[in-house]
Amino acid sequence: MTTVERAAASAATSGSPVLAVRDLSVSFRTESGTVSAVDRVSLDLAAGEIVGMVGESGCGKSVTAMSIAGLLPDSARVTGSVRLEGAELVDARESVLRRVRGKEIAYIFQEPMTSLNPVLTVGRQIGEVLQVHERMSRKAARARAVELLSLVGIPSAATRVDTYPHQLSGGMRQRVMIAMAVACGPKVLVADEPTTALDVTVQAGILQVLRDLRDRLGTTILVITHDLGVIADIADRVVVMYAGRVVERAPVIDLFAQPRHRYTAGLLAASPTPGRHAGTERLQEIPGLVPVLSAQPDACTFADRCPAADERCRQAVPPLDAVGAAVTDHLAACWHPCPAPRPQPQETTG
Amino acid sequence: MARYLLTRAWHSALTLLLSTVVVFLGVRALPGDPALALAGEDRSPEALEAIRHHYGLDQPLPIQFGQYVARVVQGDFGVSIRTGIPVSSMLGTALPVTVELSLLAIVLAAALGVGAGVLAAVRRGRPAEWLANGLALIGLSVPHFWLGLLAILYLSVAAGLFPASGFVPLLQDPVGNLHHIVLPAVILGTGLAAIIMRQTRSAMLEALSSDHVRTAKAKGLRPRAVITRHALRNSLIVVVTIVGLQLGGLISGAVVTEQIFGLPGFGKMTIDAVFQRDYPVIQAVVLLTATAYIVINFLVDLLYSVIDPRIRVTGEPA
Repeated sequence: MTTVERAAASAATSGSPVLAVRDLSVSFRTESGTVSAVDRVSLDLAAGEIVGMVGESGCGKSVTAMSIAGLLPDSARVTGSVRLEGAELVDARESVLRRVRGKEIAYIFQEPMTSLNPVLTVGRQIGEVLQVHERMSRKAARARAVELLSLVGIPSAATRVDTYPHQLSGGMRQRVMIAMAVACGPKVLVADEPTTALDVTVQAGILQVLRDLRDRLGTTILVITHDLGVIADIADRVVVMYAGRVVERAPVIDLFAQPRHRYTAGLLAASPTPGRHAGTERLQEIPGLVPVLSAQPDACTFADRCPAADERCRQAVPPLDAVGAAVTDHLAACWHPCPAPRPQPQETTG
Repeated sequence: MARYLLTRAWHSALTLLLSTVVVFLGVRALPGDPALALAGEDRSPEALEAIRHHYGLDQPLPIQFGQYVARVVQGDFGVSIRTGIPVSSMLGTALPVTVELSLLAIVLAAALGVGAGVLAAVRRGRPAEWLANGLALIGLSVPHFWLGLLAILYLSVAAGLFPASGFVPLLQDPVGNLHHIVLPAVILGTGLAAIIMRQTRSAMLEALSSDHVRTAKAKGLRPRAVITRHALRNSLIVVVTIVGLQLGGLISGAVVTEQIFGLPGFGKMTIDAVFQRDYPVIQAVVLLTATAYIVINFLVDLLYSVIDPRIRVTGEPA
């Protein structure tokens, strides 16, 4: 089965998602007032699925990710619902969340240099998770750490286990982060910009490790990135975020073949694609910046930057809808979606 | 590591030699003639000449210096001009008092300062932080000679909790010794505790907002483990540096504190020696202080590498 077939199969068969996010909103109290970061985001992650979440800096994708396991600072106000196999996590007690973090939901962060503790050996940092959640002895945890390092493709793991983060390369450090994240076999792995700080060649290796984990351990993975290349490479489904809202949600192939939301279309036009931009054609930028919102307006937040915006866009929030597309799992929140795709045979869908 | 230690040892020796020269010349640049101070009533040129000859003060400076260094290397700091007692035996009784006082002050200051600093960082914006900040401000701004006088007045004289002055050697009566020295140590440590608290607080605040602390939280660790294992240890490097730098202040603070509490320590000995132009004692005191500085610096450097593996000079795998 290809990844797309698997995703389609799991989407079709699984009635209950591993992780269900409903109407998640996050706002922050700051010195200059309240800032709304995430607005009514809903999202389902099926078992063994890799979902990509994409958007510009400041669109709320990282905040969404952090709020899943309650990792936001105290200044954040989170409403809505996050259910892990039915168990509610928003407003759950800290002790409950502690048992979820690292054990059921694990994280990989962007900068593997700063995300690892510089004064502890990598073996100790991996072992720590096992000691906390699996009640392993320090010795047993260390032995398991060696296995985990091999699992994520670190050569001579038995000696690497006693090294410090600064003695490893960026790619190796990120593999250590992954080993740490998967130590307890989490149901959901949230990878926040896992490859952003890495060279392209190293990046491919890290994405391969993530794919392997999904294939071998059945881990559900949420990949957060601003890089459409990463999405195309690894994701089964894509969620596009803009200014705190989900603006488009689609299987990866559909999204790239036929973006429906004007913002997604803009993002794709701004990314170099071999072939399409091989000649002298310039990349199209999206004019303007992502707005910082004190409150979520009753309007399309993209309207000010959108070439197709009209009065309706400025007066009502477009619902996340199938917008008349042929494929029903392709949703976009747009009053004036890009033209629907021509019906064409797709050999990969089951 | 061996190479690093050798380099450090060489630098330390050089620093020590230099400080010996500076001390030797500095003492002789002080206004006032020790022969005059010693001569008392009989200030005839013959008597002064005899005194100068007796103590080798009539020799050219380089020869005096050479003789001095040769003796110091053998542990002989000379004989006090004022009392006629060998300086080494004076140090033998005075040094333990000061070392004990300073060590106790450091231990108390570190315990209090680190504890309060961590608390202030973790309970940011709450009453615990305000209290810690307020106490630190007092500890920093109130001179400890005044604090010492207040402590004697209220805790010793009025409440009778501690002896107002005096000293009992540790080996002779450990409990009595502690009873005598704990109040001076607390007074001496207040300033240091305040500095350590401020530094710990800011280092902890930075560490607590760092990415690897976020990782530690995301691993599901308990707050205590996050704070001690992941934030505090990384903050300690700053604290150790500050403590190392502040030890000099502690030595000069000990001089004042000993004077106030009548402790027969190094500080009291120094002041008496300076007033009497007691060259051999001053030289020995300053030399020992310089040595203490150099040794402390060396220890601080070694501590760095224990705390932070990135500073370790050896064992780098490819």
